[in-house]
Amino acid sequence: MATNEEIQKDLEKREYDAGFTTDIESDTLPPGLNEDVIRHISAKKNEPQWLLDWRLEAYRHWLTMEEPTWAAVDYTPTDYQSISYYSAPKPADSGPDSLDEVDPKLLETYDKLGIPLREQEFLAGVKNIAVDAVFDSVSVATTFKGKLKDAGVIFCPISEAVHDYPELVQKYLGSVVPQGDNFFAALNSAVFTDGSFVYIPKGVRCPMELSTYFRINALNTGQFERTLIIADEGSHVSYLEGCTAPMRDENQLHAAVVELVALDDAEIKYATVQNWYPGDENGVGGIYNFVTKRADCRGDRSKVSWTQVETGSAITWKYPSCILRGDDSVGKFFSVAVTTNCQQADTGTKMIHLGKNTKSTIISKGISAGRAQQSYRGLVRMGKNAENARNFTQCDSLLLGDKCGAHTFPYVEVKNATATLEHEATTSKIGEDQLFYCQQRGLSEEDAVNMIVNGFCKDVFDELPMEFAVEANRLMEVSLEGSVG
Amino acid sequence: MIEIKDLHVSVEGKKILKGLNLTINAGEVHAIMGPNGAGKSTLSNVIAGRDGYEITGGSITYKGDDLLEMSPEERAWAGVFLAFQYPVEIPGVNNTYLLKAGVNAKRKHQGLEELDAFDFMKTVKEKAALVELDPSFLSRSVNEGFSGGEKKRNEIFQMAVLEPSLALLDETDSGLDIDALRIVAGGVNKLRSPDRAIVMITHYQRLLDYIEPDFVHVLADGVIQKTGDKSLALELEEHGYDWVKENK
Repeated sequence: MATNEEIQKDLEKREYDAGFTTDIESDTLPPGLNEDVIRHISAKKNEPQWLLDWRLEAYRHWLTMEEPTWAAVDYTPTDYQSISYYSAPKPADSGPDSLDEVDPKLLETYDKLGIPLREQEFLAGVKNIAVDAVFDSVSVATTFKGKLKDAGVIFCPISEAVHDYPELVQKYLGSVVPQGDNFFAALNSAVFTDGSFVYIPKGVRCPMELSTYFRINALNTGQFERTLIIADEGSHVSYLEGCTAPMRDENQLHAAVVELVALDDAEIKYATVQNWYPGDENGVGGIYNFVTKRADCRGDRSKVSWTQVETGSAITWKYPSCILRGDDSVGKFFSVAVTTNCQQADTGTKMIHLGKNTKSTIISKGISAGRAQQSYRGLVRMGKNAENARNFTQCDSLLLGDKCGAHTFPYVEVKNATATLEHEATTSKIGEDQLFYCQQRGLSEEDAVNMIVNGFCKDVFDELPMEFAVEANRLMEVSLEGSVG
Repeated sequence: MIEIKDLHVSVEGKKILKGLNLTINAGEVHAIMGPNGAGKSTLSNVIAGRDGYEITGGSITYKGDDLLEMSPEERAWAGVFLAFQYPVEIPGVNNTYLLKAGVNAKRKHQGLEELDAFDFMKTVKEKAALVELDPSFLSRSVNEGFSGGEKKRNEIFQMAVLEPSLALLDETDSGLDIDALRIVAGGVNKLRSPDRAIVMITHYQRLLDYIEPDFVHVLADGVIQKTGDKSLALELEEHGYDWVKENK
């Protein structure tokens, strides 16, 4: 029977099966960042003047800011002049109208990743999923646009929404995460290229799951996507994003901003399966994932849930948050983060209770192996008007081996005496006795590890839409692959 | 079925088993008794293949194969079952799901088709009735929040489903009240069969009133000191373990 050390050794050898590169001709800007680059991006996308001004304002603000250092992560700072801020497969100045116009190499890439872009492939399925595929800086395909439009749902690349629904974009863009919110959000506001735009009209329940699949392909480029989801009164939407990148020795930057707006009685479920390239076993290469995700529960009785399965990236800096502004609004955060080898993750959430009777739930599960370090960092703030607000937080960490670490930084600010907070935290090691018990019942060691880890994550996986729970399970298995000595 | 010859085992440099010999045939029920620290649990753990035991000498032959060369799961596939003294809790892992994975891993190894969910549930419900295990336990996480008695019942239930050739019951009676003991013992008795061997490790003669053994062994100082029939257990109860050492 392998010991924990052996398991750990095998974990370090895990394979990253999305690590291939697509050989495709790209239109890529030379590395560097200045106002001309921003003007160039804006011109490429044929943007209105207001958006260019908005970008430039963000850029000028960014120049005055410093990269944050408070997170418990250690990395070589990015040289922002050495990366390219725009890369698009040719020819793709605007999204293609049908799949026939999509480069077959791109279709093949998504096929290989298991993301089918052909609508008929879904017809046999019980439930449909609409996909927006973002490749480097542009959206290359969006499926089921027509069917969604019949229901009144808008689902398109944000670059297209700027032209087709300018009043919606102008009203909501930056209304949750302002341009100068933080260093990475400011950078994103200046140079963002593509991402998804979703609008669910009043009273509409989105007829299918929506998902966006982000792929970084080009060398030395950053991906700066921007996603904006607006759920109008009484509407409902479930959304998933997935991410992968090729294996490269250089670190690549991914600085995204996601803004969610939920009006009265609206509900948004946002799930992420993040599998960016994590770097090799020595910590060479991998994605720097510096992401700002925030939901504004603007309306009374609105609900937002963030569910994330984070297995990739060299560095993760990410705190999907909820501003519970509306009375009786509800925010939830469910997270599973797996770090192996030299991966570092500083992740958690912020629940800002402003309205009365607001409720939030935080369930965070961290799994560390190898020399990986992981931190849960969470803020629960009860504002002075947040009468009877409630929060429940549970943070569990599972350690594999003795060189990894798990840390918990819960911050609590309460300005209203009627608020209730509960916090539970546990740290455990995967037990040799649990492994032996499973093996004695006939499971191989690898199956036993998978079963124990999946059991540990069950509370969170239960929150994923059925279609994606399977994907999450598979990812976990890949992450822990070869764990038998 | 299993032949243990001159077995020497150390734990962290300390000699626990010192030349133990034991032969068990199919259809037999053996009881191993002995004082605390005699090496009873060491013996069952070594047979099941737990890590942390250093085999410094001797051999164990199981169904003609060298058992010590096999991984714990290979031993399970070959029909070795250990009912744990302290069954471990596995949060979030469904009791039935674990068992199904175990059964199907064994079937796969034997070249049989995996059982489908329907057939499996049918078997499981029958076997649960054997130890009067409430069906709600089937869908709960493995041993999580089970009482001591429920954990032990769950072990015998798993034994019933896995249908082992050699079942080792490590202090299955400890922590059971009289009613639970009767139920668990009743379950074990129903599982007695001509092609199955059962080894019970216990401190108390009480268990043997319910499950009648063919042989009783006294294990002390790392070797089998004395072997007899069930009357040996009664003598032990009367005279204590020192009497055995004096009357080898």
